[in-house]
Formats: sequence, C-alpha cells, structure tokens
Amino acid sequence: MSFQHILFSIEAGVATLCLNRPEQLNSFNTLMHQEVREALKVVQSDAGVRVLLLTGEGRGFCAGQDLSERNVAPGAEAPDLGLSIERFYNPLIRTLRELPIPVICAVNGVAAGAGANIPLACDLVIAARSASFIQAFCKIGLIPDSAGTWALPRLVGMARAKALTLLGERLSAEQALEWGLIYKVVDDTDLRDQAIALARQLATQPTYGLGLIKRSLHASLDNSFEEQLMLERDLQRLAGRSEDYREGVAAFVEKRTPAFKGY
Amino acid sequence: MPHTLEVQAHQAVTLITLHRPQALNALTTELLGELAAELQRCAEDPAVRAVVITGSRKAFAAGADLNEMAERDLVGMLDDPRQQHWQQITRFAKPLIAAVNGYALGGGCELAMHADILIAGSDARFGQPEINLGIMPGAGGTQRLLHAVGKSLAMQMVLTGEAISARRALEAGLVSEITQPELTVERALQIARHIADKAPLAVRLAKEAVLKAQDLDLASGLRFERHAFTLLAGTADRNEGIRAFQEKRRADFHGR
Repeated sequence: MSFQHILFSIEAGVATLCLNRPEQLNSFNTLMHQEVREALKVVQSDAGVRVLLLTGEGRGFCAGQDLSERNVAPGAEAPDLGLSIERFYNPLIRTLRELPIPVICAVNGVAAGAGANIPLACDLVIAARSASFIQAFCKIGLIPDSAGTWALPRLVGMARAKALTLLGERLSAEQALEWGLIYKVVDDTDLRDQAIALARQLATQPTYGLGLIKRSLHASLDNSFEEQLMLERDLQRLAGRSEDYREGVAAFVEKRTPAFKGY
Repeated sequence: MPHTLEVQAHQAVTLITLHRPQALNALTTELLGELAAELQRCAEDPAVRAVVITGSRKAFAAGADLNEMAERDLVGMLDDPRQQHWQQITRFAKPLIAAVNGYALGGGCELAMHADILIAGSDARFGQPEINLGIMPGAGGTQRLLHAVGKSLAMQMVLTGEAISARRALEAGLVSEITQPELTVERALQIARHIADKAPLAVRLAKEAVLKAQDLDLASGLRFERHAFTLLAGTADRNEGIRAFQEKRRADFHGR
C-alpha cells in the first residue's frame, strides 16, 4: 500500500503509521487525514495486527492542522471548523481510543495543536527528550480540540489543564512526564528503537485481554463505582473465554513461556 | 424451517435471531411473516415460556425493505400484508425480550419496541429515520416511542430522523439495561430464564396489565389489574408459590 503523506507498514503483529510531511512538521491536510483513515481501516480489519505504533517523520511529531488550508481572507465567510472536526479529527480520535489493541505513540518532536492531543488518545506515549507539547489553539482564537479539553483535566488536573490551554506555552517532554501526561521520556536517538521494541514485545502478549483492560479503564472515567464493578465482571467473563487465558494458565502450570495469539 | 430467522431453543426460552446479513436484517415481508409465524408457534407451545429476539452484532434490524416499499402504491399499501404480521407480533402474550446490538432503525426500532424488555449493547443505535425518505414510522414508531421516551425526544427522533445512542436510550427509558455488546444476548437470555421460572399465568397477566396502562385511564387500568390479580387466586401455581415461599423452597410451577 502506498501513500503520499504517511508511511504505513505491518510487521510481526505491529502496524506502524508514520506521519510523513516532515517539511510541514507533519501537519494535517485533507489528503493526510484520508490516508490515516485508510491505514486505520486496515488496522481495524486485519486480525493479525496486535499493536499500533503511531509516530512522525522528521523533527516534528505533528503540528496539528495545516493552516495554509485554513487561511481566512479578509471579508470571506468564516469556515466551519466544526465540520472538519466532525469529518476528520473526531473520527480519528474515536478510532485510536476504541481500537481493541494497544496503541503506542512515539512523539519524536514538537506536538502542537491537534498534534498535541492525538498522543493523549493513545495508550502508551513515549516522547523523545527534545519533544514538546503545545496547546497552541489559544494563540489563534480557537479551543483545544481532538479531545484535548477532555483528556487534559483528567491527566494533569484542572489547574494545569487551564494553564496549558489558556497560555499555550511549550511543555517539555520532561515536564509532561512529571505531570503525568505521558508514560516515558527517552533520548532522541533511542526513541525509534525503544518504541519498536516495546511494540514488538506487546505484540506477543495477550492483546485481546489488553484491549479489554484499555476498554475498562476508559469506561472508568464515566462510570460510577457500581457500574465499573459490573463492567469488570462482564469484561472478565469475556477475557476468561479467550484462548490466551487458557494458554496463560496452562503455561503457568507447566512452568513454560506462554505463546499468546491475541484472541 | 424459516429462511430469514434462526431459531434456537434454550430450555424454556426460545431465541429468535433475525438473519439477513446481506441487508442488515432489513425487515422484508417474508421476514416479518416468518417472525410472526414463529411467535405464533412459541405462543402455542406450552414448553416455551419466554422469547428473546435479536439480530446480528452489527444490526438488530436497520429498517424496512425499501425495494419492497417503493413498489407499493396507495392501493398496495392499503392491502399491505405486513400489517397483519405486525398485529400478530403485537398480540404475542408471552414475555418478549429484545437483545439489541448495533442499528435498530425504522421498522427495526419499532420491532424492538414491540418487546416487553429491551436490553441494548453499548454501541446500539435507535432511530426512526423514515422522515428522511418522505414517509413516517408506520408500525408504532410514533406511538410506542412516545410512551418510552416522552414527547420531546420522541418528536425530535421522529421529525429529524436522527438516531440516539444506547446510553441516551437508557437515560430516556427506552431500554432497561446496557451491556457489553458481546454479552447482550447472554444477558437477555438470563433475564428470559429468570422470567421462565415464574408462574406462567401470573407472568402473562402481569404483562397484560402493564400494557393496559398505556391504553386505559388509571381507574380502568386499576380495575383491570384487580381483576387479573383476583383471577390468579384461582390458580394452582398461586397456592404453590405462596406455600413454597413459606416453606423456604423453590416453587414448582405448572402453568395452571
């Protein structure tokens, strides 16, 4: 499969989706959105894919929306940004969040605007030490989209969420780690290898169960305690029927390494 | 054997699965006819005490069959055989539980509302999109929806054609429970089995009494309830039920 603005490959259970408009810091234009959507459709339908790795090519991760497509000429009618969110950003965020497999985001450089929030919809975020997160929306009169206003208060608390989104200041990878926004910071030169190693490792794990874990954690943000207990019961029921559970128990009893298949 | 349904007996519960995967279980006349016939069979079989109806993981039923509908003019509509099938489904006197995953739209939403209890998978969608086609709901969508969700939401759904989520349906009272989609049928069967353990005559009259509440004024409804309540005093199951409770054992009901 060949794309113009992304690199996409599947190997050893790992689908790697690399945003590839390095000259524009991998900012989204319509074609890139469409290509990402195509690639994610493949991820969704290919049962052999057990982990998704999302990253960017060049010095940036993603600078959000390509504003050259959003230039509002004086006197021209205001664009309907809601439409672009409805059509592209929201489906993208939903898809990343709802994929029933672990999604790793390797933030290789600056992540700004929607690009700062896309990692927050992923499950494990690893950032290069030089990477940074910028909620740049406030600088051009907009609000953080791509679920930024949902994720940030939950991840870093309301006070820091407000500072990040109202000031639009650059947040270093180290600070993002300290604040609980991301999982890990590694040296720039190690990012790629470490992200791939993590993805490969996860792809050998009981990924169906991992998907259920992800689902239950997401639900916990909306559920009451009682609802969550019932959800755990239901998802455990499903997990208990998986081949991987059978294999996991058998391997434990037989004192060997389990060979999980992801179902 | 019906073409468009799969029928499975789970002891006292019959599971009917709509099966037209090529068309998201669109409700053709054939399907409705087979469903009505199957329910008739369940009604006559004393071994069947409750029925669960479901569709696929993706769609409970995504509406009527548009090709069929397009072919029918005014006169054709007046003689529409579907009307009889719907009436037969409405008359089904045993507990009917719908396990809804995915789309329940148009006739599919109306069919789900024919059930006494609706269990929805968390990704289910309910809607009456008929208005988008220049028509309107024709199998109870404007009537049962009002009772289920209240006027404002019913009007919004019927007039805009926009569907609502499972969560919204739960809040509004259209469905009684939401489950993980993979467990919807299982949960519906569980509830059906629960009901199947009760005294069949009591279940039947209780169902009838609750449905009466939608048709009658309160005083008449209460009168009906009292009659039904009194009627049960003449049943063997009622004596068995009370005695078993007093003797702290499981009741053994026989439907008489």
